[in-house]
Amino acid sequence: MNEIIRIAQLRRTFQVGSEQVHALKGISFTIYSGEFVSIMGTSGSGKSTLLNILGCLDRPTSGEYFIDGNPVSQRSKDELSVLRNRKIGFVFQSYNLLARTTALENVALPLLYNNTVSAKERREKSIRALEQVGLQDRMLHLPNQLSGGQQQRVAIARALVNDPVILLADEATGNLDTRTSYEIMSLFQQLNEEGKTIAFVTHEPDIANFTGRMIQLRDGHIVKDTPLVTQSAGAALAALPVNDD
Amino acid sequence: MNLLNLFKIAYKALLLNKTRAFLTMLGIVIGISSVIAMVSLGQSSSQSINNQISTMGTNLIMVMRASQRQGGVNVGSTNVQTLTVNDVEAIRSQAKYISAISPLVNVSGQLVNGSNNWPGSVQGGNAELISIRKYKVASGTNFTETDVRNSAKVCIVGETVVKNLFTNGESPLGKMIRFNKIPFKIIGVLESKGQNQMGQDQDDVVIAPYTTVQKRIAAITYIHMIMASASSEETASLATQEIETILHDTHKLRADEQNDFDVRTQQEMLEMMNSVSGFLTVLLSAIASISLLVGGIGIMNIMYVTVTERIKEIGLRMAIGAKNRDILLQFLCESIILSLIGGILGILLGLLLSYGASIGLNWPFIASVPAIGISFLVCAATGIFFGWYPAKKAASLDPINALRYE
Repeated sequence: MNEIIRIAQLRRTFQVGSEQVHALKGISFTIYSGEFVSIMGTSGSGKSTLLNILGCLDRPTSGEYFIDGNPVSQRSKDELSVLRNRKIGFVFQSYNLLARTTALENVALPLLYNNTVSAKERREKSIRALEQVGLQDRMLHLPNQLSGGQQQRVAIARALVNDPVILLADEATGNLDTRTSYEIMSLFQQLNEEGKTIAFVTHEPDIANFTGRMIQLRDGHIVKDTPLVTQSAGAALAALPVNDD
Repeated sequence: MNLLNLFKIAYKALLLNKTRAFLTMLGIVIGISSVIAMVSLGQSSSQSINNQISTMGTNLIMVMRASQRQGGVNVGSTNVQTLTVNDVEAIRSQAKYISAISPLVNVSGQLVNGSNNWPGSVQGGNAELISIRKYKVASGTNFTETDVRNSAKVCIVGETVVKNLFTNGESPLGKMIRFNKIPFKIIGVLESKGQNQMGQDQDDVVIAPYTTVQKRIAAITYIHMIMASASSEETASLATQEIETILHDTHKLRADEQNDFDVRTQQEMLEMMNSVSGFLTVLLSAIASISLLVGGIGIMNIMYVTVTERIKEIGLRMAIGAKNRDILLQFLCESIILSLIGGILGILLGLLLSYGASIGLNWPFIASVPAIGISFLVCAATGIFFGWYPAKKAASLDPINALRYE
């Protein structure tokens, strides 16, 4: 199996006033192609810092990080931008869609920052990504005309549009009710089955149960890294009581 | 990111906030349009002065009395009595470049016809004065050299005088009017000429033989002014020199002595008027460019607000692969689009304003091409200059903090 992400002895230290805060204290793991990994931890465990580094938004203080075989640790800011643009798809808790901009244009956004993609390709890829998340008939809707779950689907389509080697989801179900959360998890499972590698940051154990491997962080260390028996989100959805109304 | 994409992104971002974009532009629109209008109107006014002066004849030469010092005291020019009819005769006999010449004696007073009266002045000249001043006799006749010799109490009047003294529409020809109790017989009426470039009514005029005015009204032996026509526009400056030399002789001035007269041509008048209107144009344009500056600061202000409002969007764009330079260029592009569209609207509005004003003022309409070109460059520069700092601020945001910004 291909290594998508490999980190070794990763440390990240922040200078807060005169104090040094060690957010990550030397962690190592490898994510292989086709894995669906959840990264768990309470607030302050260092999972946000880890996500920032995995997402090439931040650089480690020391240690090594390879994404799809490319070393990241010593890259310049512009090189990190290119890596984010070509290798990574972000899904955020609050969707971060551009207001008053159609779903299609939101999805096309990452490709605008890639010179090698023509306008025609951009449109085709965006339509394909929206079809992948089941929003082919909502392409010209504006974010405020879509439900929370639909908005998150647009955000997922935006993350998929550049065909990234890994999807990084940061509490992607945090703003959604249980039913919609399960629907979104079901979509992630489907994408995973189609071969996408996914790292899913969450603090909810029941959401983590839908993934295939759990890495638990506490105080900047990995305390647990175990494979899980994947529960089907589709089955969980079916088991939910039908809406009263 | 290529420039087309960049432009598209910036354009879309502006469209999302049409009202704000328009209000921001308004500052630039007003600034540019007032600069354009001021420059255009300035040029129109000097063009109109040129036109009017050339209809008055650019070959007109005036000899006036110069201010003089008596024992160190400057007594001005009104007391100078050295300009005489002899000077006129000397110039007439010696000058080669003069086609017509007349003395001028000017007295103000009240014109009376029965129960109507009108404040005016009588200008005394010889028979050539009318042609020198580019007047034409519409009805009746000009007075003759004989009338001048005899100090005849005859006069020629302008339209305005006729209108005010003969209110019931009767013909003024052959009628007697009184000026400072002295009766004058009207023998001619002048063709209307309208206002001159100074706004004076050129039809408010009474012309009589200078001998009559000198002896019967003013009781003086000197004259106030000499008016002459150079034989052509080109010889006006030669004629001026000639007159200066002749008068220097007849007034028996020493070589180092200051002239007690001033020779002026319409050319000089033209230059003087142009320098006044040029100064006004510069002044007004300077004031107008202050509003352009204020407009630019308006853009900067709005771009600042825009950046703060869109921190999260900036964070997202960075997360999905926008480089710092892409963000910088996007915001710069937005402010340049704003200022350029504002500039184009401003140029159009400015041209429209100056077109309307030039029609209203009956001036020729002139679109100043350099002013338009410069305004356009100033707009682009304004966009870059005032957009730079906010754009820099946007580009220097940290994507992690920007994404989490609430």
